[in-house]
Amino acid sequence: MTNNHDLLKDLAPRKFGLRGKLWSGLLILVTAAGVIAYIDQLIQGQVVTNMRDYALWGIYISNFVFFVATSFVGSVTVAVLRLTRNKWRTPLVRIAEIISLASIIMAGITIILDMARPDRLLNLFTHARLQSPITWDVIIIPTYIALSFLLLYFPLLPDLALLKKYFNTKNSFLSKWYGRLSLNWTGSKMQKALQEKSIRIIAILIIPVGILLQTIDAWLFSTTYRIGWDSTNMGAYFISGAFVAGLGALITVVCIVRKVRKLEKYITLYHLDKLGKFLVLACLTYLYFNINEYLIPIFTATVEEETHLNELVYGEYSFLFWFSQLVGLILPIFILIFKAGRKPGPMFIAGFMVVIGSWWKRYIIVTPTLLHPFLPIEGVPESWQTYFPSLHEWLITGATLAMALLIITFLIRYLPAVPIQRTAEEMELYRTEKELEP
Amino acid sequence: MENKTSKTDSRRDFLRKLTSGGAVAASGMALYSLTSCKNKSEDKATLLTTDGKLVQVSDSEIQALEERSVSPAEARQGIPGKKFVMVVDLGKCKNAKKCIEACDKHHNLTPDRPYIKVLKMQDNEKSSPYWMPKKCFQCDNPPCVKVCPVGATYKRTDGIVLIDNERCIGCRFCMAACPYSARVFNWGTPPDEDADITYSPETSVPSEVGTVGKCDFCPDMLRMNKLPHCVTSCPNGVIYFGDEIDDTVSNGEQTVRLSSLLKDKAGYRYMEELGTEPRVYYLPPVDRLFPFENDSDNFEGT
Repeated sequence: MTNNHDLLKDLAPRKFGLRGKLWSGLLILVTAAGVIAYIDQLIQGQVVTNMRDYALWGIYISNFVFFVATSFVGSVTVAVLRLTRNKWRTPLVRIAEIISLASIIMAGITIILDMARPDRLLNLFTHARLQSPITWDVIIIPTYIALSFLLLYFPLLPDLALLKKYFNTKNSFLSKWYGRLSLNWTGSKMQKALQEKSIRIIAILIIPVGILLQTIDAWLFSTTYRIGWDSTNMGAYFISGAFVAGLGALITVVCIVRKVRKLEKYITLYHLDKLGKFLVLACLTYLYFNINEYLIPIFTATVEEETHLNELVYGEYSFLFWFSQLVGLILPIFILIFKAGRKPGPMFIAGFMVVIGSWWKRYIIVTPTLLHPFLPIEGVPESWQTYFPSLHEWLITGATLAMALLIITFLIRYLPAVPIQRTAEEMELYRTEKELEP
Repeated sequence: MENKTSKTDSRRDFLRKLTSGGAVAASGMALYSLTSCKNKSEDKATLLTTDGKLVQVSDSEIQALEERSVSPAEARQGIPGKKFVMVVDLGKCKNAKKCIEACDKHHNLTPDRPYIKVLKMQDNEKSSPYWMPKKCFQCDNPPCVKVCPVGATYKRTDGIVLIDNERCIGCRFCMAACPYSARVFNWGTPPDEDADITYSPETSVPSEVGTVGKCDFCPDMLRMNKLPHCVTSCPNGVIYFGDEIDDTVSNGEQTVRLSSLLKDKAGYRYMEELGTEPRVYYLPPVDRLFPFENDSDNFEGT
């Protein structure tokens, strides 16, 4: 019992320290700047961006693809590891669920930021046409938001009931809310059976829905006649890329939370080691699809394809291309493949590299293709032949990233980052197993 | 906005009274409703109807008829019994850009977003370069229409692909899908967002901020049995326009059989292999009227 109390004390949400306050304040500032920029974009139109008739999509879209990719972490770590009964997932799933929910909500918002007429959003429902991949997105994103929310919420119920008791004397306001949100959880047999069943159904559902989400995202590109997009590789390529981006984000957040909340006892080196290996697996899979996408076409590349590939490998985009390949993929593999690389310090660096590389990788997928249409770019201002985001675009995109981090930060502030009930149960089991040993 | 709609309605009413169903002035009802408009305007003109009666029509209503604009709903139908087609003779084009000027003027376009571009093309190093006027190809299998999430761009029975800029949400997926970069976008407020013009997808004016635009084959001219502006403005008769069902095309001076023109001059469609089935044909740049002269900067806007 005393043990359980220590556990609660360690894992229960805690008030922000100075660092937490500064961090949240910074995120709120960045968000506010983006909101102002967006209001200006609403007033003036998207002329405030650097997108033009050829670079008709820019970082709004690549950032959207990044958020969609990152949201995949919920399907992979939580659902897949759960169905394959991988025990090491326990202290990591809550954080993965939080990242997943934050990312998919921000993906939904980001795609609206790219619409030049957000006032006509309802047309997507009143005039919906089913053969457009955008309509598929309109269907799949809310579905994934709902499933991600449930996958976070249902396993939380016992923890919320525990927190209600824990905060009873400390903070009656919080206690009341935890109580309400726990939906009268008593831990009865029937409740447990229901909860277990519901989680299993959601975990099974979220895998195909997650795969569909990533694939539809890929189809936004592969349903066009564009060099670099019009590829049958796209679906699987995007899924494996999402696997990488999601796990990279998870490792980064896990390393930070572990340090800040001093959870070394719960998120152990063993867990980090497993997570590191998992990311290597993801990176190797993605590397395989990258080879399919960029290397193999050399043999049969048409002139247009060759121009596109050369532009990536030696041309204007070579820095970003090689940055995303080396820093976002190859180097992390080299770091994490060694046991020494799967220690908290190097792992955090590798995870962070993967996240940054993944973000720029989406930029590399979206922008260069648009600037190499079949017909030459002529009869338009010279500046339309290139694209680099404007200040408005950076501010708005920065705000979406800050909002995602803000959602993650606040959820970790008010929810137990490591599942309490489940950890307690597993510890109990571990202890009884030890006692039973001769 | 409401103002705009009511204006459209009154014009449509007037058109229905005067032109539709052949009833025109033959029906007393129509005449009655016409005269009931009297108090609205001072100046009147006397017109002769098809069955020989004289009617008094106010000037504002005549003006409305001349500007006759088809509503977004009506514009989805297409002109019955027609299949419009264009043939561009590359041997005659010298990049005079008159088509661009006429098109820009008619559609109130700024120089940085023309519906027509004249591109410098060179098929390989040894063959000589040529000018290729390029507009929307009005594909029979249009990639843009397939991806539009709200049906703002659509294919009509007469072969024309149009845009309803009152429905467009500005996602630009159609622009990404078009392999010919035929579409332009109103990134900022276009200069002609003028409340005085009734919008019609058939005229594509006024443009609206945050929506897409493109060459529309000038259906407003076609309804009056006239040729599109690019055809009539071309000093060299480069562009032929006509109806595939009639099998005739005209460049304004000369009217020819479409099938024999394509056969005799080996007409082709740009990137046939994509399977988009364009309604714009090209005649190879042979027997040139002009030598190819490259003016350094092809863009004359700001």
